[in-house]
Amino acid sequence: MTDQQQEQSLDPAQIEVDVRTGLGAPSADVTEGRQNSLWSDAWGQLRRNPLFWIGSFLGVFFVLMAIFPSWFARGADPRACSLTESKQPPSSAHWMGFDQQGCDYLANVVYGARTSLTIGLLSVIGVLLLGVIIGAVAGYYGGIADSLLARLTDIFFALPLILGALILLRVGPSTGLPILSDRGAGAVAIALSAFGWMTAMRLVRSQVIAVKSQDYVAAARAMGASNFRILTRHILPNAVAPVLVYSTITVGVLIAAEATLTYLGVGLQRPAISWGLQIENGQSLLRTAPHLVLFPSIILSLTVMAFIMLGDALRDALDPRQRS
Amino acid sequence: MGRYVARRLLLTIPVLIGASFLIFAMVYALPGDPIRALAGDRPLSPAVAAQLRAQFNLGDPLLVQYAKYLGNLTHLDLGTDFHNRPVLEIISDRLPVTAKLTLVAVFFEAVIGLVAGVFAGIRRNGYFDNLVLVSTTLIISIPILVLAFLSQYIFGLKLGWFPIAGITEGWYSYLLPGLVLASGSLAYVARLTRTSVAENMRADYVRTARAKGLPHRTVIMRHTLRNSLIPVVTFIGADIGALLGGAIVTEAVFNIPGIGRAVFDAVRGQEGAVVVGIVTLMVFFFIFFNLVVDVLYAVLDPRIRYD
Repeated sequence: MTDQQQEQSLDPAQIEVDVRTGLGAPSADVTEGRQNSLWSDAWGQLRRNPLFWIGSFLGVFFVLMAIFPSWFARGADPRACSLTESKQPPSSAHWMGFDQQGCDYLANVVYGARTSLTIGLLSVIGVLLLGVIIGAVAGYYGGIADSLLARLTDIFFALPLILGALILLRVGPSTGLPILSDRGAGAVAIALSAFGWMTAMRLVRSQVIAVKSQDYVAAARAMGASNFRILTRHILPNAVAPVLVYSTITVGVLIAAEATLTYLGVGLQRPAISWGLQIENGQSLLRTAPHLVLFPSIILSLTVMAFIMLGDALRDALDPRQRS
Repeated sequence: MGRYVARRLLLTIPVLIGASFLIFAMVYALPGDPIRALAGDRPLSPAVAAQLRAQFNLGDPLLVQYAKYLGNLTHLDLGTDFHNRPVLEIISDRLPVTAKLTLVAVFFEAVIGLVAGVFAGIRRNGYFDNLVLVSTTLIISIPILVLAFLSQYIFGLKLGWFPIAGITEGWYSYLLPGLVLASGSLAYVARLTRTSVAENMRADYVRTARAKGLPHRTVIMRHTLRNSLIPVVTFIGADIGALLGGAIVTEAVFNIPGIGRAVFDAVRGQEGAVVVGIVTLMVFFFIFFNLVVDVLYAVLDPRIRYD
């Protein structure tokens, strides 16, 4: 029983109606005694999973880094550079050394967290918006709408994420569209959402199909609930658990995709501070100053790892069938 | 079966056309002028520009351009790039390189992934199993871009075991990029095999086989593996289609002149015809290998019937 259903069965007004009509009046023990919901069960599982704790620790660490970068930069300003320090290796005063322009590299890597996390978050919101809406419509209405939307999903699914986003971002600046043409975080998020929503759509669609023939949906319809209300209040809450698992992992995947696109030259542009730009810049200096590629790479990987570990732990907790 | 395959083949046509039109629209619906970009600093004379525009159908409305493109496609004319080189020639030039890279990647994926997964699954929760779980989590978490640079730095630059970039040393130069390209799928294959084997180890027919007194080896090879490998084989099959189109980053870092590299260069140079041609080919591979896998599934597992 999900929280949603539980909440409904305990709605006082509802109980009153049931008692008056004499239909399905809940017996006293339903309301008494603690019931294990999906979420409290999941929390019990999560607490015992080391993956969850490592993932949350890393996640909180990088979120703090994104919000308060100055806490982590050890007093250095990422834009205060002096060419005399160019490509200096790490030292005790400057843990990550200096980049080619002589800027403190630790400060630069730390300030890169904000762009990465912002894009990860923005694009996962975009992916969920597209995926949930298209998936819900396809699954709920079925028939022609479903076939058309399923074909549309097939078309997008056959295009690799990086390739689609690469083309869209390359042509973005000359389209003159508001956010897409300014080559910033918003453009990257739009490109990633536009080519990354398909799995979310399939997830939501299959959940909706599985749930829509349940008795309580028929009951809601019999009581005159509108399609929109049935979808948002009765059907979609059932898809929350798998979608939550999927979106946690996807934040990590999208952060990696952003760094890749920026590395390929179509994502963020200088003077933005971004791990992808730092890796791209350090590439040609791999022989003389390997730390310029290594540090942003390590931090990028740890960030991606945080979300993938959290997602894995959530899946183990929320989906008992896949529990290892 | 035959009807199922025919139906699936018919369904691939709208997906192929849809995907190529999507790319076509993105590349050609631009207000920008590729001819002016081609000319660079010295402006072309209006007559030459107009002639070039007509040659590449740049003046027509989008749908007309696309219809002309499809018409040419029926006699295998994919158009040319702006230097008059046929796209088909570019593809036939670059595809063997990507095919080799994919072959190496699939080899690593199958061999390492399967072996690790089988041993982890047989002794679930043992030392090796935990090692596989931790290392696959690590591999999945490291972006392929980072993995490419790390391996290039460690094995190419520091240890000098492999060439850093390029394909001048034949098959040997494909080993490192192939391993990098395979890494994600390799971890996935190991996990999939592990779960599948572990599940089948508890199955009734395995207990029966043991009760008959069959030796451990035979039980594993004949009974457990046969059933647990079905999902793995299908995953690897579908992955061939994905790998053939997903090597842009690996090919960029290791400077490998395959179709991933070609499409990347074409996107940068706004070579519309090349982009559309190669991407359509990639989509075709993806769909084709998925279809093959679906059919294979029914062949491998007689319980599955499509009709």
